[in-house]
Amino acid sequence: MPDAREPLICLKNAGLEKAGRWLVRGIEFSVRPREIVTLIGPNGSGKSTTAKLALGIHRPSEGEAQRKNGIKIGYVPQKIAIDWTLPLSVERFMQLTQSLSPAQISAALEATGIAHLAKAEVRNLSGGEFQRAMLARAMAAKPDFLVLDEPVQGVDFAGEIALYELIGKIRDELECGILLISHDLHVVMAATDQVICLNGHVCCKGTPDAVVESAEYRRLFGDRAAPALAIYQHQHDHTHLPDGTVRHADGSVTDHCHPDDGHHHHEIDHSEPVTNANRKNDHV
Amino acid sequence: MFDDFFTRAIIAGVGVAIVAAPLGCLVIWRRLAYFGDTLSHAALLGVALAFLLQVNITLAVFVVCALVALALVGLQRHATLSSDSLLGLLAHSSLALGLVVLASMTWLRIDLMGFLFGDILSVSIVDIGIIYLGGAAVLVVLAVIWKPLFAATVNRELAEAEGQNPDRTNLIFMLLMAVVIAISMKIVGVLLITALLIIPAATARRFSTGPEQMAVIAAIVGVAAVVSGLFGSLKWDTPSGPSIVVAALALFLVSLSPVAGIIINLSKRSLGEKL
Repeated sequence: MPDAREPLICLKNAGLEKAGRWLVRGIEFSVRPREIVTLIGPNGSGKSTTAKLALGIHRPSEGEAQRKNGIKIGYVPQKIAIDWTLPLSVERFMQLTQSLSPAQISAALEATGIAHLAKAEVRNLSGGEFQRAMLARAMAAKPDFLVLDEPVQGVDFAGEIALYELIGKIRDELECGILLISHDLHVVMAATDQVICLNGHVCCKGTPDAVVESAEYRRLFGDRAAPALAIYQHQHDHTHLPDGTVRHADGSVTDHCHPDDGHHHHEIDHSEPVTNANRKNDHV
Repeated sequence: MFDDFFTRAIIAGVGVAIVAAPLGCLVIWRRLAYFGDTLSHAALLGVALAFLLQVNITLAVFVVCALVALALVGLQRHATLSSDSLLGLLAHSSLALGLVVLASMTWLRIDLMGFLFGDILSVSIVDIGIIYLGGAAVLVVLAVIWKPLFAATVNRELAEAEGQNPDRTNLIFMLLMAVVIAISMKIVGVLLITALLIIPAATARRFSTGPEQMAVIAAIVGVAAVVSGLFGSLKWDTPSGPSIVVAALALFLVSLSPVAGIIINLSKRSLGEKL
């Protein structure tokens, strides 16, 4: 079990320059085990570029991108075009970079809801089915660090909620860190620990509700975004302590929080790991 | 009928077809047909240099192909020209350069047609040894890098993110291509090597449900094309290379026909019953 405090990946003032243009600059954040970090931002704001810096696909032109040694990485890219000449079944696609047992394959396909498509050819899948196959592939090998670039694109609304629940479950079960890229702020908000709002640089970051309330965020997305997210604005009435206990607003400390407690307070800089078994209850 | 040279040609051709099959599949999946063409055109420059410097032809062809492949990678990274223009530039200038160098050696009397279109008469025991040793080496290396190479073929960034080194596997793949071109030049000739890579793989596509299966079926199709092409070449006194390619084309056309469709449906049905 890796040290929960040590970041899996860490970007320090990272920037990428291509053809004289800075795609992103001054990116600073880290992802720790059991943490979901969500990148949001308008088109062309450098979300995918930032993820690729974190993955090591791009080397930063300035600053640093550090990955912890020996961590296992799972990646769901934003777009993959599978050439029609490639005879590739979902099962075989699952084992692209890793060897899996039949049980691992069927468990991952079961979890993403496409167990019946194990033998189907990848190029015949619909957009949503393919996204599920990519997520199944990435989660099957139990990665330490998972990067999901718009993982629910093309998935219908009911499926979207189920996949977000699954992503939360993956985090709980594998205890991995997740970097999630989303255009879909209000659904992601529910499970995420830290939101980073990008626009070529980090324009704001923090807990989901802190970001929504920030002036930078409103300037970027306009005032209309705030009401749409209002359902996720909430009161902090208790704090999770590093030893797993919960301190309530009245100062009392209990072993864990309760579904009717209201919402959690997370440290914006996440200097403390979030150790909360019940977290899902109060976000749903 | 089984003259000694003919048996040697069959053995050599079968070896080349088996080695070319998996690489041909990769050429198709990676859309590198024109890249293969460029390398094989450059092979003639290798032939010319071999005569000029008095070195082994197969070795010279391999070295020139490998250098052209590396030049291509370098140029693609920095050049302002598009990939296909670069390929065209390299393919035809190296072919022309090879022809000019060959012609300038006035003391040399060689059968150019044999290099361009293959020459079964010239296949020696040594050639067979080179084909089988080189081919075995190619298949062993390919087996070792198959998984990362295939992952990088499906998606380069995904392979790189998940801890593989696509640049290195791509480089090895290009060197393997150079080896295959060097050893198959004598059988089909420099102008037709790409056909031997692509056509069996394209024929196999309709019958395959997995990448490894497609490589094996392509090898079977390639062997069938070599054997029937060489028999045709003997019977009608046609050049060996073009005859093999025509045979491969015939097999490809059969694979597109309704008869093949029926076979595919039958095999899928029997597969479905097993599941």
